[in-house]
Amino acid sequence: MAGGFVYTAVESTAMSTAEYYGNTLAELGREHPEIVALTADLANSTKIGIFQQEFPDRFFNVGIAEQNMFGVAAGMAKAGCVPFLSTFSVFASLRCADQLHTDICYQNVNAKIIATHAGTSFGQAGSTHHAIVDLAVARSLPNLVVICPADGVETANAVRAAYKLQGPVYIRINRGFDRVLYGDPDYDYGFEVGKAVELHEGTDITVIATGSCAFQALQAANFLESSDGLKVRVLNIHTIKPIDKEAVLKAISDTRRIITVEDHSIIGGLGSAVAEIIAEAGKGCGFTRLGHEDNFAPIGLHEDIMSIVGIDSNGIIATVREVMNKDFEQDDNWDDEV
Amino acid sequence: MSLSKQEWLALEKKAHELRNLCLDTTYWAGSGHIGGGMSSIDILTILYHKYLNIKKDDPNWADRDRFILSKGHAGIAYAPVLCDYGYNDLEQLKTFNLTNSKMGIHLDANKVVGVDASTGSLGHGLPIAAGTALAARVLGKSYKTYCLTGDGELNEGSIWEAVLSINNFNLNSLITFVDRNHCMIDGDTEEVMKLEPLADKFAAFGLVVKEVDGQNIKELCEAVDFALASDRPVIIIADTKKGAGIKMIEGDYKWHYGAIDEDLYNRCKSELDEYFKARIERVEREAK
Repeated sequence: MAGGFVYTAVESTAMSTAEYYGNTLAELGREHPEIVALTADLANSTKIGIFQQEFPDRFFNVGIAEQNMFGVAAGMAKAGCVPFLSTFSVFASLRCADQLHTDICYQNVNAKIIATHAGTSFGQAGSTHHAIVDLAVARSLPNLVVICPADGVETANAVRAAYKLQGPVYIRINRGFDRVLYGDPDYDYGFEVGKAVELHEGTDITVIATGSCAFQALQAANFLESSDGLKVRVLNIHTIKPIDKEAVLKAISDTRRIITVEDHSIIGGLGSAVAEIIAEAGKGCGFTRLGHEDNFAPIGLHEDIMSIVGIDSNGIIATVREVMNKDFEQDDNWDDEV
Repeated sequence: MSLSKQEWLALEKKAHELRNLCLDTTYWAGSGHIGGGMSSIDILTILYHKYLNIKKDDPNWADRDRFILSKGHAGIAYAPVLCDYGYNDLEQLKTFNLTNSKMGIHLDANKVVGVDASTGSLGHGLPIAAGTALAARVLGKSYKTYCLTGDGELNEGSIWEAVLSINNFNLNSLITFVDRNHCMIDGDTEEVMKLEPLADKFAAFGLVVKEVDGQNIKELCEAVDFALASDRPVIIIADTKKGAGIKMIEGDYKWHYGAIDEDLYNRCKSELDEYFKARIERVEREAK
């Protein structure tokens, strides 16, 4: 595949998403001596420790001090290093939001934040460790590119792409094993920052998903095709910013019904980003956002929480049926409105 | 490397010029952080006119010494230093704080030549300075990093996170100053949020502490010389006066930020001249 990953398809199923990250970073480290890695006592949990084992002199554990870590990374970037820093998404986006805003984004430094344990993937840890507002924070920060990969292979692609970009990048990945969307690491599906991937063709409705919800959306589309005869377009929007506006506009025009799905609050993340495009397009469009309502999530296994919140395939199927039955204005004639 | 009388006098003269330029800038802008600006001027003077290994014609030279103004609100003192040094046009100072100026209260590293970090949110500069010092080690460079923090700023937890790192990674290429002017916006530092015993706190965190008179150029230089020779990271607590050089505002926390009209400006000017005279007399008395 583009980028030349070294693992085989067999290994790929045995690696957690974060292990893809750690291995990819170590590969990049071999190619680029200016890459350094930082963590805040989470070398093992975030898998940045894979880089540490190979490059101990280019790895810095700052202890449980995220604010300092972001400042140190900004200083290192300004001096010519390319820092990759990893902690949990909830801390990367909130504990040191001021440092992310000012040291990283305002200064526009070449630092890459790989934030793990995204969404509710560390479900049992409770809301202190759930990251359901990080995309809202990251998306609103100028200069920051925001990526939410769907699985391990996409994570590897995103990490490599982040190195190539000049400037700050925020990548949020899940804890543990994601359902495999792109199983074969040698399969080149044309990953490009800012470009949606069409996972399933369709003309009746479009499900726009990000992160672990992309797999769920694809499952739902396959099921709905065989059970309901519905042609559901599935777009994996891995890049939340800059978002693929063209793909969203095309979906509005082609299918006139859109559902967004994300393991994130419906406020400020993918759903909001798509809503902005729909509103500005001025076209009639049936639209529903799936994600965490304005609530903190329950404690539990990730897949259970996804089911409870309705962002798994069952939730998507039910919502597709609902939206298909919604009546909405398809033309510019408002005279027939109640 | 002791300071010769001639060198000391030259630095005093430069500090006097910069104090005047800081006052001028505050006057042109209408108002500014003149208190904490004036208390920093002697430190900025010795750095930019004795210690920093930088090039006027190559501000982004990769091997240059770094300076991070952690107390970013001292931009009203720092901008004059950078313009006087030649990195930016002196005329720019007349636009300080004006709409669309490159220079606002907190200097932007992407707009003002010579600024190594955009600071202003307190507690950020020292971590960044730790980062540039750490990068020197990774990249095999021998440059030094200097950092100037405020004292009120030391309330921020991120400062102490950085101090842990500076000790842990033994960042002895980083020399930190605290502008200990004893004032913060709401009052005396010991009344708002006690810092003392400050030297003991830093020592307990593993840093080597030097306490000096921050308005005494000779003492400041001796402390830097000591820090440059140290194999452990050094922090210099510079005991200063807010508004140093202008008697009517000296030591008054209310002059953290203030407005200056023409009448006040003229009175401040003559006070700065008086202050300079006294400083030169001290050199004459104490220089060898």
